Amino acid sequence: MTGIHIEVDGERIAGLAGQSIAGLLLADGRVAWRRTRTGRPRGVFCGIGACFDCLVTVNGLRDVRACQRRAVDGDKVDLQEDDRD
Amino acid sequence: MTEVLVVGGGPAGMAAALAARRHGARVVLLEAGDDIGGQYWRHLPGGRADPGERLWHHGWDRFLAMRDELLGDDGCEVVTGAHVWSVERRDGAPPLVHVFVGEPDGQGREPRTLDPAALVLATGAYERTLPFPGWDLPGVFTAGAAQALAKGERVAVGRRVLVAGAGPFLLPVVAGLLRIGAEVAGVIEAAGPAQLAGGWAPRPWQLIAARRKAGELAGYARQLAAHRIPYRTGAAVVAAHGTDRVEAVTVARLTRDWTPVPGTGRRIEADAVCVSHGFVPRTELALAAGCAVGVDGAVTVDERQRTSVPGVLTAGELTGIGGVDLALAEGEIAGSVASGGVPAPGAVRERAVFRKFAARLAAAHGIRPGWRAWVDDDTVVCRCEDVTAGALRRAAELTGSRGLRSLKLTTRAGLGLCQGRTCGRTVESMLTGSNEPGLLDPGRTAHRPIAIPVRLGELAASTRTSNREDVP
Ligand SMILES: Cc1cc2nc3c(=O)[nH]c(=O)nc-3n(C[C@H](O)[C@H](O)[C@H](O)COP(=O)(O)OP(=O)(O)OC[C@H]3O[C@@H](n4cnc5c(N)ncnc54)[C@H](O)[C@@H]3O)c2cc1C
Ligand code: FES
Repeated sequence: MTGIHIEVDGERIAGLAGQSIAGLLLADGRVAWRRTRTGRPRGVFCGIGACFDCLVTVNGLRDVRACQRRAVDGDKVDLQEDDRD
Repeated sequence: MTEVLVVGGGPAGMAAALAARRHGARVVLLEAGDDIGGQYWRHLPGGRADPGERLWHHGWDRFLAMRDELLGDDGCEVVTGAHVWSVERRDGAPPLVHVFVGEPDGQGREPRTLDPAALVLATGAYERTLPFPGWDLPGVFTAGAAQALAKGERVAVGRRVLVAGAGPFLLPVVAGLLRIGAEVAGVIEAAGPAQLAGGWAPRPWQLIAARRKAGELAGYARQLAAHRIPYRTGAAVVAAHGTDRVEAVTVARLTRDWTPVPGTGRRIEADAVCVSHGFVPRTELALAAGCAVGVDGAVTVDERQRTSVPGVLTAGELTGIGGVDLALAEGEIAGSVASGGVPAPGAVRERAVFRKFAARLAAAHGIRPGWRAWVDDDTVVCRCEDVTAGALRRAAELTGSRGLRSLKLTTRAGLGLCQGRTCGRTVESMLTGSNEPGLLDPGRTAHRPIAIPVRLGELAASTRTSNREDVP
């Protein structure tokens, strides 16, 4: 098993190659990483790409489903907030 | 030679591709994930193989044999990372199929357009979870999320997990959680003894034919007993509590129609809750192709898996929820018919057996209308746009309309990023007072011409390059 690191809002987090970004964040003890437009926290809900709760910004690209995207060593992940009203 | 395009590499799609090859057709199989196997045979990715993988599955050797055959066959092109985002109807021919090949939600992916002689859609299903107060707290998951993370990544969604909802699918989820070392606080099944008996007890000889499945389920039941995990029927999680994440839930007894019985609420501590009340067929592509669907939202097919659109067949969960054996049999039939062949009698028999099994499932665990009573006005219904049940009910009263379209525009429910996949059925049944979808405004929440989100840059690039291919 190969260890990898990703950067989440500037913080280095260790994981395993083959984990999704969501899996890596959950294994690191996080359950929420996005905020909806009224500020409610969201993380993984469906785990299979259907609900869009788990969106993150990956290497500058917004709206990537963290449960679908495999983490790659060196990925820069930024947490997302939806536009407020 | 007939050329067959299969979309979806789960059990149904794999069986369809193999059957079409046996009948001499050249085949292209498109799968969004980075390996085939679908939900049932979800596994660790290649780079991280587990010698004990077999322990996580039923029929693992069958899967390996099917995959080897498909990948080792020059007449079959298996494309993984293939995100089919739309199909384009044509007169007198099956639709064109548009796909981006590359990373999920990536950019600069390779656009391809395929022009098949026959199209088999096998896109599976996603889960249906009924809302309850607190269900949008982090730490509340669908049961399938727990299963996908356990099987596909060996990640536990929590340390002490409660599993709740309806249906036999809750049991393999418990097995997955135990295998990766989580404590399972209990299993809460909404169907009560009368509903369960009504589905499972009559005509027991039918179950003998489906004994493979019955055996799998009995194994799970023994496991619950061995781990002393409480299994409660006729009850539901009616609220989740916590501030930034779930800390506990309230479980209440239900009447026969799933209305919570006042005064029966009991608090159970858990750091994760996994809830599933069934599945919804993933019909975006089938609907875009023009295929007729039934009141249950599943694609309507004849006994040969043919849809209402000539040259388009469907197999597996998107024709109705019946588990892996039904998906395999339907795939086999669809692949044979798509390539101009006659389906094997064995597959036809299996389909009949497991369709009956599916009907029992629906009777024993089907959603009953009383659940609306546990949704209070503050409960979020649309998780994307934070629309509450109260806002929906008020909008329905004010506009005097129960038409879905106007309500969606007034409240934004179902207009968020998930396009109503998560809340669509719930909104429909809250407003129509029925569990059957689309009574007032047929099929509205299920219509999504673009099946997966596509970036504008990619869209522009795909229209510039005209690279239509015949299959293969
Ligand atoms: C999250 C989840 C977990 C499950 N786990 C189990 C379990 O452990 N045990 C069990 O008995 N049953 C499980 N089920 C039920 C299971 O779905 C079926 O028994 C079986 O997998 C159905 O087979 P299928 O081929 O019809 O669909 P699936 O197995 O769902 O296969 C459909 C395939 O189509 C692909 N696909 C969908 N849309 C597109 C598109 N637009 N472009 C390209 N590819 C696409 C998907 O990636 C998927 O691989 C699970 C269901 C879900 C939703
Ligand atoms: S958790 Fe639902 S899309 Fe990722």
